[in-house]
Parts: sequence; C-alpha cells; structure tokens
Amino acid sequence: MSHDGHHSVVIPAPGPEFLPHTVAHHFDTPVQEFQAAKLGFWLFLATEILLFGGLFAAYFYYHEAYPETFRLGGHQLDWKLGALNTSVLLLSSWTMAMGVRSAQTSQKKKLLVYCGLTVLGAAIFMVVKFFEYKAKYDHGLFVFPEMFHGYDTATGQLPWFKDYHGVMAGVPHGHLFFAIYVTMTAIHGLHVLIGAGLILWVMKGAAKGRFHAGYFLPVDLVGLYWHLVDLIWIFLFPLLYLVP
Amino acid sequence: MTTNVPVIDSHHGTPATGKPNFLNCSSGLMSWAGTLDHKRIGVMYLVGTMIAFLCGGLFALLVRLHLWEPHGMLFSNADYNQIFTLHGAFMVFLFVIPAIPGSLGNMVLPLMLGAKDVALPRLNLLSFYLWLTGAILATLAIVLGGFDTGWTFYAPYSLYTNKAVVTIGLAIFVLGFSSIFTGLNFIVTVHKLRAPGLTWFRMPLFVWALYATSLLQVLATPVLGITVLLVAFERLYHIGIFDPRLGGDPVLFEHFFWFYSHPAVYIMVLPAFGIISELVSVHSRKPLFGYKLIAFSSIAIAIISFLVWGHHMFTSGQSTYAMFAFSFLTFFVAIPTAIKEFSWVATVWKGSIALNSPMLYTIAFLIIFAIGGLTGVILGALNVDIHLHDTYFVVAHFHYVMMGSIALAFFAGLHHWWPKMFGVMYDETLAKIACGIIFVGFNLTFLPQFIMGSRGMPRRYATYVPDFEAYHRASTIGAMVLGSGVALMVFYLVASLLSGKKAMQNQWGGVTLDWHTPTPPPLENFDHPPSVTTEVYDYSTLDLRTTQTPVS
Repeated sequence: MSHDGHHSVVIPAPGPEFLPHTVAHHFDTPVQEFQAAKLGFWLFLATEILLFGGLFAAYFYYHEAYPETFRLGGHQLDWKLGALNTSVLLLSSWTMAMGVRSAQTSQKKKLLVYCGLTVLGAAIFMVVKFFEYKAKYDHGLFVFPEMFHGYDTATGQLPWFKDYHGVMAGVPHGHLFFAIYVTMTAIHGLHVLIGAGLILWVMKGAAKGRFHAGYFLPVDLVGLYWHLVDLIWIFLFPLLYLVP
Repeated sequence: MTTNVPVIDSHHGTPATGKPNFLNCSSGLMSWAGTLDHKRIGVMYLVGTMIAFLCGGLFALLVRLHLWEPHGMLFSNADYNQIFTLHGAFMVFLFVIPAIPGSLGNMVLPLMLGAKDVALPRLNLLSFYLWLTGAILATLAIVLGGFDTGWTFYAPYSLYTNKAVVTIGLAIFVLGFSSIFTGLNFIVTVHKLRAPGLTWFRMPLFVWALYATSLLQVLATPVLGITVLLVAFERLYHIGIFDPRLGGDPVLFEHFFWFYSHPAVYIMVLPAFGIISELVSVHSRKPLFGYKLIAFSSIAIAIISFLVWGHHMFTSGQSTYAMFAFSFLTFFVAIPTAIKEFSWVATVWKGSIALNSPMLYTIAFLIIFAIGGLTGVILGALNVDIHLHDTYFVVAHFHYVMMGSIALAFFAGLHHWWPKMFGVMYDETLAKIACGIIFVGFNLTFLPQFIMGSRGMPRRYATYVPDFEAYHRASTIGAMVLGSGVALMVFYLVASLLSGKKAMQNQWGGVTLDWHTPTPPPLENFDHPPSVTTEVYDYSTLDLRTTQTPVS
C-alpha cells in the first residue's frame, strides 16, 4: 500500500544484534502506538475476565445450591498437586516479568532464557494437570473417553460419571462438581497452552533481535496475558481445592 | 464480493481525474479481501450486513405469509418454528448488532476524529472475517438441520431439541468476538487518535454514541460467549448447569442470556441514536440542542442497561423483590432516552429544515421511536407485563425499536453518507417515495400487532383463533408493502453506483471533520493533517463552495 509520500517513524536498533522498528503508518509517534496497543490489550483482558466470570457465577450458584456435593467433590482433588501448580505458575509469572524487564534493557540472551523458563513452567503445569485428570479418570469421576456418549434419559445414567468407589454416593448430583471442575480447568488449561504458544512466538522474534529498549510492545502484552492466566488460576485453586 | 467498485465518472464516459480515492487507489480482489483500510472494511460490512438483512427480511415475509390463514398457509408447525427462529437470529446477530458500527461506524468514525485509520487496522479486518465466519456457520446450521429455539435459545428446550444448536451456538460465539473486537478498536481509536484540538466535548455525537456502544460490546458480549459455550457443552457432554434433569437450573440460563442481551438492545440502538443526532443537526442547519446531555445520556443508558435484565424474566419465577427492583430500574432508562428525543425535536424546532431523503428517514425515526420507546415503558411495568408477556404486543414493541427505529436510522445514515462514501447521488425522488412506502408499510405491519397482542394473541404460534384474522391479514399486507419499499431502496442505491450523477464535495453542508476530506476520501483520509479550532456543529464555519463543487 502506498504511503503517498508520508514518512513512517522508525525506531533505530540499539546495537548490531537488534532490528529497527517501523511505527505503523497511521500513528504519529511510537508512544501513541504503544499506548493504543496497550489500552486495547487491557480491554481484551477485561473480556477474558468476564468470560470466566460466567463460569465463576455458575460455580457460586451451584456451590450454594449443593454445598454437600461441593464439599465432598473438593475432597477428591489433590490440594498438594494444586498447590504445586500454583507455585509453578507464580514462579513463571516472575520469570515472565523478568523477561519483559530484559527486553526493556535490551538484554537479548536474558530475554530468551526467561521466556524459556516461563514455557518450562507452562509445561510442568500441564503435566501435573494431566496426572490430576488421569486420577479423575481412574476413579470414574470424569471418564474422558466417554464424555460425548450422550445421556440416557431412561436410566438417568451419565456415561462419563461412574464413581467406581461411590465417593459421591448420598449427595445430590455428584457429577456437577466434576463437570464444573473439568470445564473451568480445561478452559484455563487452554489459555495456558495459548500463552505458551505466544511466548514461543516472542522467543522467535527475540532471537531475530526484534525486541529491545526502543520496542518491546509484544513482549509486554504477552507478559500481561501470562499474568492473567496466572491470576485466574489464583482464584481457581482455592475455590476448587480449598474452599470445600 | 465487492467487485462492483463504482467508477465515479462512468456516467459521462470519461476517466476519473484528480487524485486517487480509497475506491480506485488499487484494484483486484486481494486489494479488498486483504485491505486494512477502515473505509473498504466498512464497505465490505455494508454489503455483508445488507445481504443478511435481505435474508432476514425474506424469512419475515415467509412468516407473515404463513399467518395469512388462521391454521397457517405454508409450513408445518415445526417448520414455522425454524423460519421465525431464522428470521430472529439472522436479523439480531448478523444485521442489527454489526450493521451500524461495522459499516457506517467503520467508515465515518476515523474521519470524524481526523484519524488516518482506526487504531488497530488488522484487528478491524479480523472482526470482519469473524463476522463472515459467523455468517457461514449460521448458514451451515441451516443446512445441518436448522434450529427452532427462537433467537433466545432458552434452556431446557435448546438442550433437548434435535437440531443444529451447537453449530449456531458456535456461530454466535464467533460473531460475539467480531463485535467485541470492533468495540475494543473504537474505544482505543477514540482515546488515542483524536486530531489536535478535538476535545471530548467537540466530538460529534455519532462518535459519543459509538463509544458508549463499544463499552457495552466489550463488557457484555463475553458473557454471551460463555453462555452459548455452556449450552454447547451441555449438549455435547451434559455438564448439567442448565439441564434440570441433571440438577441444573434453566433460569440461570435466562439470567446469563439477558445479562448480555439486554445491554445488547442498547448495543443495537445507541448507534442509531448517534446517527439521528448527526442528521437532525446537519439537515436543520442548527447546533444540537443539549449536546452534553445527549452525550451523557448515551453513557447513562449504557450503565443502566446492565441493571435491568430481569425485566425479561417477570414470569420466570425469580424473586418478587428482584422483580420490583428490575421494574423500577427499567423506568430509569426512559429518562436519558426521553432527553434524547426531546433534544432532537428541540434541534429541529425553528431550524432551516431540508426535507431531503436522509431527513425524511430521520423524521420517520422520530415518530416511530416515540411509539417504540413509550410502549417499552408500558412493558416495564410489572403488573402490565405479566398480562402482555409473550404476546404480539411485545413483538410490536421491539419491532418498533429494532426495525422501525434502528433499521430506519441505519437507512437514514446510509442515505446521508452514501455520497461521501461513493461520490455518487441516488435518485432523490425515488428515495423519498421509498421512505414513504417503508413508513406506511411498517406501521401497517406492526400497529395491528399491538392491538391483537393486547387482546391475547401469543407470539411464536404457527396458528391462531379466527378472531385475529383481520389483524394478521393487515399485518401481512403491511409486510409486503414494507418489503417492496426496501426492494425499491436497494434498487436505486445499486443503480446509483452504476449510473448515478456525481455528488457534491459536501452534499448536505456538514461541518464535522468527515465533510472536511475530499469526496470520496483518499486512502489516508486527509490531504493535510486536520486540527480543530471551533466548537462542534458550528455552521458559521461552513465553506459553502464545497457544497456546490461536484466530486472530481
């Protein structure tokens, strides 16, 4: 697209290992570009919180409706694994923050290392989550392979909820806790994977030298996203594992 | 889809001279499909949403034809459920919500702010493609068996029906993000890309209205997103949240749905208010009466809209005290809304009124919205609503707002900015005739529905008792008249692209920044970076030469 003789603003690279950044043609200054993107991203994060807000509202509603179900269900979750994952995510938030700092101070190698550590944290989180899900599968509390097998209205049997050990026997609608637990943590897990993908994308740009003191906007935004993923877990952990 | 790029001078058979504008600066399918220019994206939205409107209108005509006979004329009862659902879903999600922000908003907002583009052009293009994906998914859902839940998807019926509810749910999820990203983009653009001197209280009121709309899009739509996802999950693996057989509560679905869908009513209507605010000023050649009041009333409506969702649920069994509160709060919406209506009328009063087609559509809006708004207050009253709930009175009320107010305001804006967008003028005589036909047809369609609704005709029924036959037949005739008016409008608008005469640089004598650019605007909108030194709607600054110079 021609720029009709308009000259775009270019932020020079601070060293030979970095690339300059060209400000998008419709912005007058780099500050305007930075602030616009950041405001937009904060608004996007607000929509993410509202999306989870619906799930949290459902959680609180059914916690009130079936307190015994939620108490018993919560006891089936391993709070130690949950606490481990909480620590992992908190640490990864710190490494991400250090990554942003490294970009702001033009430390290319440090940026790559801190981003790599953050991705490692995401991987550990997902592995732990896998073993937690597997335990639910083993106990028949959420039989993943049969989750799409429909609902038998004649017998009232839900194929994914078998409860082999009868731990939820005697409370109403025992499946509800596990349905909400899996739905909330799976949507959160999806966000962890998206976040890890975004950080890998930042690392690709960082290796080319795109991010430095003059231009670190994508690192900053991906960092914000990662903190949000962390923050949502900070609420999920006590509500699902500890409150019951 | 938009290969019909109008060649401005084709009428005279001479090649266009002068500087390239956004329509002719590049050509080829990819120069449109991959464009980041807000004006071309606006044109694509215009084409897309108009096609959706015509589809939705076709479904409406089928509904009305079916109801010609008390036992139904065209469909089985089950098919009738699908047809009215298609009408509602297409109109609400593919037309009314995206039409004004997507087409006219995209086109005009950066121009009014003196900006080269919206703040996030790539996201803007993504919004359009999300809309297109949603439209394709909605069409796919029809192929996959249709959906018969009504546009509201109430649980538990939406959980049990043997139709393509998951596909249409996915379509609405995707359309929701299209809407969210448009709103997000506009908020950032208004905050960051205003021209020097363009303070908040010098912004045109269309910008204020779009800003309030955008806040609602960003803050309400995610809740709809998670709600349709939960319905899809419920159908796919039976989480039990909305399914009473599994311990769930269907009324929770209603709460979630209306928490979005009541603010969504204002997502739909606020941009229409914005258009009317512009048009009453320009075509009466007077500054707006109560500029700040209109600006703040948009924000007030946005805030109050989050507190009234329960008035859709007066018969759902929610707590009586909640119903008192929701009914009481609903009356509050009438205050900022009435402020607007009074301010518009006061603006026209003693103005130099030009009775051209945009103004005729505006006057039609003012009349119809007065009826649509006041019947809303009637329905907000708790005891009256219990009587009128789910009758044609409700149908008539929201069509007076959705179709009679919003669609007519959209047409008004379309006629107003058409010469700006394309540099051509449509046939004014035909436009005035079409406006008259639409006004008469609309009222003939929906006035009888108020009467039969108040006498007990329930909505969404495929058949009815013969007592209502006269009302239904009047309504059906009205719908045909309305449909022919819309067809005439589409005809002369398309014809103007092919052989319309050239528009003036400033066709109506507007003074906001959108009329300070060349017509049609060049790629980056302004030849010289604009700055603002006067108050908004100050007609003493109007350069009358531009109103008499044809586009080059």
